Amino acid sequence: MPREITYREALREGLDEELAHDDNVVIIGEEVAEYNGAYKVTEGLWNKWGDKRVIDAPISEAGFIGMGIGASMLGVRPVMELMFYSFAYVAFDQMMNNAATCRYMSGGLINVPIVVRGPANGGTNVGATHSHTPENIFANMPGLKVVSPSDAHDVKGLIKSSIRDNDPVYFMESTVLYGMSGEVPSNDELDDGELIVPIGKAKVKREGADISLIAHGRAVVTSLAAADILADKYNINAEVLDLRSIRPLDEQAIMESVRKTHRAIYVEENKPFCGIGAQVSSMIMEQAFDDLDAPVLRITSADAPAFYSPAIEKLQLPAPEEIVERALTIC
Amino acid sequence: MASKTPPKSTAEYADDPINASLSNEEKIGLLRTMVRIRRFEQTSLKHYHAGSIGGFLHLYIGQESVAVGSISLLGEHDHVITAYRDHGHALAVGMSMDECMAEVFGKKTGCSKGKGGSMHYFAPDKNYWGGHGIVGGQTPLGTGLAFGVKYFGQKGCCLCYLGDGAINQGAFHEALNLAALWDLPVIFIIENNGYSMGTSQLRSSAHPEEGLAARAEGYNMDWAKIDGVSLYEIRAGVNKAVERAHEHSRPTLLEIKTYRHKGHSVADANAEKYRTKEEIREYMDEHDPIDFWTHTLIEEGVITTDDFKQINKEAGAEADAAAKFAIKSPYPDESEIFDDIYWEVDNNTEAGRTGRHFFHG
Repeated sequence: MPREITYREALREGLDEELAHDDNVVIIGEEVAEYNGAYKVTEGLWNKWGDKRVIDAPISEAGFIGMGIGASMLGVRPVMELMFYSFAYVAFDQMMNNAATCRYMSGGLINVPIVVRGPANGGTNVGATHSHTPENIFANMPGLKVVSPSDAHDVKGLIKSSIRDNDPVYFMESTVLYGMSGEVPSNDELDDGELIVPIGKAKVKREGADISLIAHGRAVVTSLAAADILADKYNINAEVLDLRSIRPLDEQAIMESVRKTHRAIYVEENKPFCGIGAQVSSMIMEQAFDDLDAPVLRITSADAPAFYSPAIEKLQLPAPEEIVERALTIC
Repeated sequence: MASKTPPKSTAEYADDPINASLSNEEKIGLLRTMVRIRRFEQTSLKHYHAGSIGGFLHLYIGQESVAVGSISLLGEHDHVITAYRDHGHALAVGMSMDECMAEVFGKKTGCSKGKGGSMHYFAPDKNYWGGHGIVGGQTPLGTGLAFGVKYFGQKGCCLCYLGDGAINQGAFHEALNLAALWDLPVIFIIENNGYSMGTSQLRSSAHPEEGLAARAEGYNMDWAKIDGVSLYEIRAGVNKAVERAHEHSRPTLLEIKTYRHKGHSVADANAEKYRTKEEIREYMDEHDPIDFWTHTLIEEGVITTDDFKQINKEAGAEADAAAKFAIKSPYPDESEIFDDIYWEVDNNTEAGRTGRHFFHG
């Protein structure tokens, strides 16, 4: 019987293993230590590792993220938690200017091995300020890596490779996914003795021949539900491709899928304007134009700030029914 | 370079143990570094006016004593980070005129291979972490360098320089709080030249009567105010903070009063409008740190006027040679655009080879 744990537990396991793997790994963020994490991702880690390795920061994102960037230049490997990725905007200068460009402006003399992680999702009834999805904003900046795992297996494997990566990795999770369980092999079941998922590799979550649903983050879960409906009700066999990593991007996996199915929809909880789907659909158009039997479609969050009222907010986000409806227009 | 008035006595600071222990050679070395910074910048200014250098050029002329005095106190585990007025600190930590000059010319032989420019000098091998373009943005980084020093259990500190304009940035206050809260060995040095670009201190900063650094009281942090004309005073004052950092892992906020002879940058068209010509002239004639140190050393019998002339001549020749080096150096190659963005790509690791990293074209 394969082991099943939640996304939250898997993420915590990954953090715990990296604290053990490298003495220079430090977890810093608001409420990550004594409070055990606002979303309990870091629960128990302060008890286990103590004050030096797991540190509560004041509410001071520009200060502590910038501090982490400075420390990383010296060889500390900080894993910074943003309670919400929406708070990245408070630390924008540090995250965009200092983390992303120090290497370039020093002619390669410096690198910034920092991870900034936290939930980057809407749909939780908390209003617009706490519902931002900034993966496209950060992926726009060369020098940064953006990762967005959709299941328990990948969140563990990717947090470990992100911490070991020698460039800044912005690791975007989802509070909605934290409680979802998935199969995560224990280390003794693995040949290498640990679970590592490389950054920059997409994963086919469901094989199909009729249409590619390409997605990242929680939209992968939504796409899988849509694929079930398409198969059950319409005999349409959708392939679901989980990008997992947005920058670097597994372009090859995208094109392979599109060349097989000849139809594609990009699904994301991001906003449409210059979203990930805009980038991916442009690449498909340029590289697989002759393979397409229909225009590439994009399904995103509604192009409005997050609505507070849960009755309406859920309508702003991609839903399986919307994906099905749009898929039927091109299948 | 002759001062019209003799320097006031610096005996009080000259007797401080950190200064009393200076050899004549070391004193001359401090003078030489200040003069080299000035001649470097005068030469770069000449080439800027001639059109060979573009972009921004924020000159440190008039402030040389601050970087030279404070950096002269540092050891193996001490680090330096500053803002965009960074040439002086770079030369003070030991970067060469050649690499610094080539960088402002945008040449491949520049310290940042032509990718950073005047505001973004780096030399991690000399514990010099930039050269940062955004006002106040370097202050959390400096706090992080101090965090690293403490994390690795080293006896060291970080000198984190900022201008008086930067003290009103939020990131700076966050850095002060973190440094005091976590006992980090960082020394924030406000180089108070009186103007945040064209806005005087009076019109930009609310602060206690005692001065800008007194804001540290609010963070339970030690602070001091230092007159930046005298190297002795700077070294004595900063050394107290360095000892505090080394021995007690506590931060300090210092305000060093200084003056920039030139505008905010060379592009500052109003440099003589928001300040009177008389004010600028007075600082140049009466409060120039190089004049002051030169006269101090002459009074002490360490050097003669001729020695100064020789040092000045050599520094000028070195700066001219650096300009020649920069001029004859090649521009970076177009193929270098995508180097130095990702460590993993540059080092051709498996991570660097996995997935598409760049999206142009």
